[in-house]
Amino acid sequence: MKEKQGRVVGVNGNMVTVDVDGDVFMNEVGYVATGDQRLKAEVIRIRGHRAELQVFEVTRGIGIGDPVDFSGELLSVQLGPGLLGQIFDGLQNPLPLIAAQHGFFLPRGVYLTALPGDRQWEFTPLAKVGARVSRGMSLGTVPEGIFQHRIMVPFDLYDNYTVKSIAPAGKYTLDSRIAELTDPKGNAVSVTMVFNWPVKRPINAYAERLKPTEPLITKVRIIDSFFPVARGGTYCIPGPFGSGKTVLQQVTSRHAEVDVVVIAACGERAGEVVETLREFPELIDPRTGRALMERTVIICNTSSMPVAAREASVYTAVTIAEYYRQMGLNVLLLADSTSRWAQAMREMSGRLEEIPGEEAFPAYLESVIASFYERAGVVRLKDGGTGSVTIGGTVSPAGGNFEEPVTQATLKVVGAFHGLSRERAESRKYPAIHPLESWSKYPAAVDETMTEFARGLLFRGNEVSQMMKVVGEEGTSLEDFILYLKAEFIDAVFLQQNSFDPVDAAVNTERQRYAFALLTQIIKAQLELADKAAARSFFYQLRQRFLDWNGAAWGSDSFKSIEQDIRSSLGERQAHA
Amino acid sequence: MRKIYSRIDAIAGNVITVTAEGVRYGELAVVSSSHGDSLAEVIRLFENKVSLQVYAGSRGVSTGDEVRFLGHPMQVSFSDDLLGRIFNGSGVPRDKGPALTESLIEIGGPAVNPAKRIIPRNMIRTGIPMIDLFNTLVESQKLPIFSVSGEPYNPLLARIAMQAEVDIIILGGCGLKYDDYLFFRDALEEGGALSRTIFFVHTAADPIVESLLVPDISLAVAERFALRGKRVLVLLTDMTNFADAMREIAITMEQVPSNRGYPGDLYSQLAARYEKAVDFEGAGSITILAVTTMPGDDVTHPVPDNTGYITEGQFYLRNGRIEPFGSLSRLKQLVNKDTREDHRALMDGMIKLYAAYLESLEKKAMGFRMSDWDQKLLKYGVSFEREMMDLSVNIPLEKALDAGWRILSDCFLPEEAGLRTELIKKFWPKG
Repeated sequence: MKEKQGRVVGVNGNMVTVDVDGDVFMNEVGYVATGDQRLKAEVIRIRGHRAELQVFEVTRGIGIGDPVDFSGELLSVQLGPGLLGQIFDGLQNPLPLIAAQHGFFLPRGVYLTALPGDRQWEFTPLAKVGARVSRGMSLGTVPEGIFQHRIMVPFDLYDNYTVKSIAPAGKYTLDSRIAELTDPKGNAVSVTMVFNWPVKRPINAYAERLKPTEPLITKVRIIDSFFPVARGGTYCIPGPFGSGKTVLQQVTSRHAEVDVVVIAACGERAGEVVETLREFPELIDPRTGRALMERTVIICNTSSMPVAAREASVYTAVTIAEYYRQMGLNVLLLADSTSRWAQAMREMSGRLEEIPGEEAFPAYLESVIASFYERAGVVRLKDGGTGSVTIGGTVSPAGGNFEEPVTQATLKVVGAFHGLSRERAESRKYPAIHPLESWSKYPAAVDETMTEFARGLLFRGNEVSQMMKVVGEEGTSLEDFILYLKAEFIDAVFLQQNSFDPVDAAVNTERQRYAFALLTQIIKAQLELADKAAARSFFYQLRQRFLDWNGAAWGSDSFKSIEQDIRSSLGERQAHA
Repeated sequence: MRKIYSRIDAIAGNVITVTAEGVRYGELAVVSSSHGDSLAEVIRLFENKVSLQVYAGSRGVSTGDEVRFLGHPMQVSFSDDLLGRIFNGSGVPRDKGPALTESLIEIGGPAVNPAKRIIPRNMIRTGIPMIDLFNTLVESQKLPIFSVSGEPYNPLLARIAMQAEVDIIILGGCGLKYDDYLFFRDALEEGGALSRTIFFVHTAADPIVESLLVPDISLAVAERFALRGKRVLVLLTDMTNFADAMREIAITMEQVPSNRGYPGDLYSQLAARYEKAVDFEGAGSITILAVTTMPGDDVTHPVPDNTGYITEGQFYLRNGRIEPFGSLSRLKQLVNKDTREDHRALMDGMIKLYAAYLESLEKKAMGFRMSDWDQKLLKYGVSFEREMMDLSVNIPLEKALDAGWRILSDCFLPEEAGLRTELIKKFWPKG
């Protein structure tokens, strides 16, 4: 392609205006040459011969007249074996490698290849010579961590092909030719283990999309039992600051029952990413016996890194998630926080002097958020297998008010809503998911008629507690008071969960069902309690035992003895009809 | 040879526009007017029009004044000579000492590679139970003190500065009242901490734009010391003034405001500063404590709101006490597992009970009869406020934990405290 050039005529924050000779296209990548640095940028508006580009770096030092080279390509990521366990920035630069070469800071204008080119992969061919293949179909596999990484027909080859030759089993580097295909016109196309894909285009090299039905177990009780998430579904966690969004995401990234976790740390604190990237290599995934890091990809564009790359980071993350879905894996994408991404859009929109929508967010905010979440889903692959991408995004609403544009736009498109409440967080009730306001459209792990009963009780308990504020405890009947205590009890022993306790942090489905059955027995019981003081003391003692029970290892001796204890003290008070 | 321009095309607010060639974004210039020289920074380029924000303000600047471009962005001198010195927001001495011009460093440098950070692991002891016990301060943490005007936030900052075990203290004052500036200087001098302190002080009397430089200059210096292995504590007061200065410039530049007139990039701008807090792998650390006054005591105001999302927790200072609700140190879990086994449980348990106390107090105020349980809570709440929340209490963490158990056993039966049985067996005071 002919080299296109331009010259900078304006700089405003991280946006540059460029005079171009020749054609440019929307979202084309260009490089601004400043001094001896080449700064990556993306076209975001074209007016006549002038293009406006958002620069993925600090723009300090750019001057009028600096040359700009256009690449003729959209912003893309490299897809191939070796992504798992990596830590990338929003543009897929491997951060540990940058650290090794450049030390403590992130230098400007340094772009490294995402996947190591010198690494040898043990390739096993699957496709036979003469076989008919199309995009997304497997040609062979290489082992990557615990998975067989499928080497597929690149997704940008849209024809039907015949396999002309395929490499024999053996060790290959990423860019060695592993197959040669023939297109219908007889042209030969060679295929390596790696290819590029533009991040803003969803990967659709599958047979069809299916409806999400299987629950995705997060091992957080209030989610799995009350507000479940489905594999291939979407959910959002809005919450004011300090309400535990990030802790909830971290816990989920550790314990969720999925094959691959992609973490997009988008515009949030670096410290939180550090916790993940320092701890994951040490933590063992109980399901596989290997380090958690081996199933994790971290895309990290923290708040002090350039804003434009923040916008790219969520797309980079979702593209990698979709890539692994094509291998028949269940992938969970955790985006923290989508509000920062929306703010990045707002910043650019402001610089472009677009007419602002609500709270100065651009008018296209809703459609952009919707199309992002729509990239989740369960799909049937061309070989009949299935894979899924589940997206969980946190939202950081300004002032903790859910009536703001980002939360509202997100709620329209997700399947589950885990609303965090400042009130609950402040009284240390974690996870601070509000049991009365949250909802989910997906099927739960425990019997739904039972959770409905428990939720009903929570509602009524809340009413009683509101009423008690007006009429006082003495104005409340004993019956209502017991109802209130039961609601408090459900909250304390089941909805709340201690993420820092080794046992309580992750509760499997079996235990959740078991504990919930006992809980149900308690809240359904007719109790003989003489007065309010007796009722309070009974429930407080029971709560104490139940909390001890939550901390006892599943099936252990102390687990059994505490359970016995709970059952007998319940039996003593149970009314016999 | 840099060119000198002697024609200013436009002056609006504190922003001037000149027609110039070969200027680079972020470059510094000197504007010489009849009132003296001022630094100015390029904040927009379009064709040959260059907009600059003038740090000393544009008052008295004439269209015929001289603008001389320096060819480099804002710099500050860095050496051990900075210790014990007092400068203004542009790095010019405020004390009687000599100006420093050696070994200049750029301010507002690049972000730290997350791969070179390490998980914070050291507690910073302050002797204040509401911090040490309930919201432990951790080395490399960034934490704002949310407050309203009139609260003793500056004395609190000064006290933490003197008691905290760090190597270097950098105080960045944005719009600091002159009295408060003198207070800090005297307090640190009396505490014997002046020789390890550097001041970058912008007072309320100085042009507001100059306060924009204070956080960057303080943090650039802090970063250099941290790279040399020092543990640095940066105190910033008051970041709301900094945000207001940004708003002023944004509005002058006719940017589309997002919320209450603040620019859309308020979050990113604040984050770029707070994220300088770091624990370097194999070097020192930066811890940031920043006062953010909440206009109208409203935490949903854009400045505290955005700050809260950036920082790792927050302290609310209200009625002269650190509020137990809302105050949070997000990093406390990293250190309080290694202090004493009862630390976490006691911390959560006591707060839950204090919340219950407030409910009982409310009921009492409405004239309801107090049950036995309410009576116990009322007794507890009073002890808690006196022995834990009062800012004058100055005891080490271990003493504070013991005091916590004593308060609980004075007021409740063991099973009423909501704590695990094994802890109660071990720590509940006997007899």
